[in-house]
Amino acid sequence: MLGFRICDAAANHRTSVFLAPARRTPGSPREVSEVALYQHDVLIIGAGLAGMRAAIAAQAEGADVAIISKVHPVRSHSNAAQGGINAALGEDDSWEEHAFDTIKGSDYLGDQDAIEVLCAEAGAELISLERMGVIFHRGDDGRLGSRAFGGSSKARTYFVGDITGQAMLHVLYEQLIKHGLRVYEEWFVTDLIIDDGVCKGAVAMDIRSGELSAIAARAVIMATGGTGRVYEPSTNALICTGDGISLAYRAGAPIIDMEMVQFHPTTLKTTGALLSEAARSEGAYLLNSEGERFMSKYAPNMMELASRDVVSRAEQTEINEGRGIDGCVLLDVRHLGYDRIRERLWQIRELGIDFAGVDMVKDPVPVRPGCHYIMGGIKTDKEGRTSIEGLYAAGEAACVSVHGANRLGANSLLDTVIFGRHAGVDAAARARSMDGPLPGERYAEDTRKRLQSWLDRPLNADRVGKIRLDLGNMMFEKVQVFRTEDRLKEAVEGVRELKKRYETVGVENKGKVFNTDLLFAIELGFLLDCAEMTAVGAVERKESRGAHFRVDYPARDDANWLKHIACNYTPEGPKLTDIPVTITRWQPQERKY
Amino acid sequence: MEVKLKVLRYDPETGKEPEYKRYTVDLPESSTILDSLIEVREFHDGTLSLRCSCRSAICGSCAMRINGRARLACKTQISLVAGEADEITVEPAGNMPTIKDLVVDMAPFWNKIRAVKPWLQPAGPPPEREYLASKESMIELVEVMNCIMCGACVSDCTVLEVDKTFLGPAALAKAWRFAHDPRDDSTAARLRELSEASGIWDCTRCNFCVEVCPKDVKPMEQIMRLRSEATGIGITNNAGSRHTFAFTNTVKQGGRLNEFQMLPRTHGLLNIPANLAELPGGIRMIRAGKMPSPFTHKIPGVAHVRRIFKQFEHQKG
Repeated sequence: MLGFRICDAAANHRTSVFLAPARRTPGSPREVSEVALYQHDVLIIGAGLAGMRAAIAAQAEGADVAIISKVHPVRSHSNAAQGGINAALGEDDSWEEHAFDTIKGSDYLGDQDAIEVLCAEAGAELISLERMGVIFHRGDDGRLGSRAFGGSSKARTYFVGDITGQAMLHVLYEQLIKHGLRVYEEWFVTDLIIDDGVCKGAVAMDIRSGELSAIAARAVIMATGGTGRVYEPSTNALICTGDGISLAYRAGAPIIDMEMVQFHPTTLKTTGALLSEAARSEGAYLLNSEGERFMSKYAPNMMELASRDVVSRAEQTEINEGRGIDGCVLLDVRHLGYDRIRERLWQIRELGIDFAGVDMVKDPVPVRPGCHYIMGGIKTDKEGRTSIEGLYAAGEAACVSVHGANRLGANSLLDTVIFGRHAGVDAAARARSMDGPLPGERYAEDTRKRLQSWLDRPLNADRVGKIRLDLGNMMFEKVQVFRTEDRLKEAVEGVRELKKRYETVGVENKGKVFNTDLLFAIELGFLLDCAEMTAVGAVERKESRGAHFRVDYPARDDANWLKHIACNYTPEGPKLTDIPVTITRWQPQERKY
Repeated sequence: MEVKLKVLRYDPETGKEPEYKRYTVDLPESSTILDSLIEVREFHDGTLSLRCSCRSAICGSCAMRINGRARLACKTQISLVAGEADEITVEPAGNMPTIKDLVVDMAPFWNKIRAVKPWLQPAGPPPEREYLASKESMIELVEVMNCIMCGACVSDCTVLEVDKTFLGPAALAKAWRFAHDPRDDSTAARLRELSEASGIWDCTRCNFCVEVCPKDVKPMEQIMRLRSEATGIGITNNAGSRHTFAFTNTVKQGGRLNEFQMLPRTHGLLNIPANLAELPGGIRMIRAGKMPSPFTHKIPGVAHVRRIFKQFEHQKG
């Protein structure tokens, strides 16, 4: 018997105003029913900032909302955002300046109509987060205090120490509790339900029981985050496996800008753990082996606070030209003093101690560029709508595109809450206008058969963990900060080889309860799709723009490449098409920091 | 580096009791316990289940008992614990039922978080812009907001071992974060609820939660702050605060604890039913010769003790 053993506030669950209450035909869940066991107006996949913001917005519009997440909401990867959230709230600032910085940061690949929404609505959204309870840092006057982030002309990054993402995530979770929102907690989505070209829900496994169910919905919002585990190492959590991007891709939604992978300039060599841009924002230096602040050669005006792509390339150049230290450069915060570090950089000091054995109060810490964020994702419009009717996307899984070829620090948290809210509002409106039958349990039956045949597959010498590691190492080696055609083509071939191995690999754990072995195996399939799109897109784009730097095409080429590359699913691999970039009032210029 | 692990395994589908299974893995010196468990799961035994995600001590997924003590697996360097025994013992977190292997059922944990009404409750309509608040007050809250809800404190809480209804260190630390938020207008109501049974007065101050917390949240200290804030605004009509006052008052009067008076004063002298209910225990104590004398003599240095009280009260202002 399935039930909401660990669901949030299930007792407070409101009955839908749009739908009849969920019905169940008699018999065990194993019998294929005509009606899905679970039904909602709006089903949100993923409980990070985008998903929870969407849920709160959709519920406020009167929809019956449920969130489904493979981890408890406060375990989501939004936690890991450290530095802050951007909004042009200062008296000397304007949203237009924020928009321009974002567009310049994106190397003009961002869609300007979406960037206008992002920046114009930022202030009000930030204030509403503060009113919900986020403990934003204050100035001496008791008002919100800000710091300057990379690529920004003004100090417009609002923050909570160096745990801004965690502080926001926990507050949105508090709001879920307050509003009695339903969460399918530790349920893993295996498939989207696409009926006659329309998305009508998802098939998911209750990880605790191993049972599969169809969850029917009038609208589905994909808020599953990024796909950073394509690389090894990566700043990303182990759960960032591109589930939503891959599911939408396989359902036929175009995925854009996947070649645009952000390498963060300050990650630890050992684990890939992130040391926030907040360090440089507070005044940290980057030094090479000669003790030189090398950024003066690459970005004389902005120095360490140039855009991330620029700083990462500078670091990699220093390392490649022999001025690195064991494959790293040094991040030095000692001159900031204990008190400032204590107040604003405490978590990264602890990370340095725990994972690099360095106390940043006393010594500089070795860092290098590491995989951090995927600018690309499921193509959406400003309301979060994908090209599949009924399917929405928001947050890192989506590509509106506001980040273009390079995201500015502290714009990702903003992206999640602004477009999460837009998607929630629009999905609720769609649900209100819909009626007609919802899909039944037979979809879960299809998945059940597929997974069972996988469990029945005999083990061979290969392992899921081995394929995953080979993928991560290969991507880190071949689809790097500096890219060349030869290596990118090797990466495409490499991914396809791994896909072949994936088709024959077995799953060791045959049990039902908390079978993480099976889940990793499914996740690896998502990762392989995402890696293939990244590699294929990177081969295709024959220019250098933002995070995508081609040694063989070192210049930006607006005449030929001021456009998004879209990946469209075919069984043989992604079919590429072009989508124009929306330019409203900022014409492309040369980009210097 | 060769690492020897002894992992407590449990699979509800087999019907067998939990049992230890040993693994030996080879890892770089700088590796963590989580690295070793992932190595086991990916390359040695895929049937091992555990929760893990961020690897950076921020998501709170991987709290478990390592060498008998609750820790985050991702934050625990193998080199730090390897010296404690020949092999490293890994068990699921305590005080919560095991679902499988190292995965525990955290539903009771989340229910208690919900029970403290963990959301901001400001008064009246919101201001035009942000709420004004002092820089210091926000920084103070951040130190507790640091809590990642990993459950390490709950795992090793000695009160929860005997009383499952205790709200526990994590939920009470969360409660302090709201009671102390200058923007929140429900402080008194919160403190009143928290002063009831299973709340702030049930902590025995064993300090284990402070010791095991991987984020230095110091839950017990937040519970103590809640106690003094509650009594400070006159919420004293409860057993916990009466007990504390009886304790300090008898020491102040006689220089030593008057054990005989503790129970009636804790229940309240006029609380006849509660005091009568203690009678059978009292009779057993008299029979066993364990009943403390109702008459305690003042200790010789009582004037000195009173001076200490006076000095302390003066310092507190």
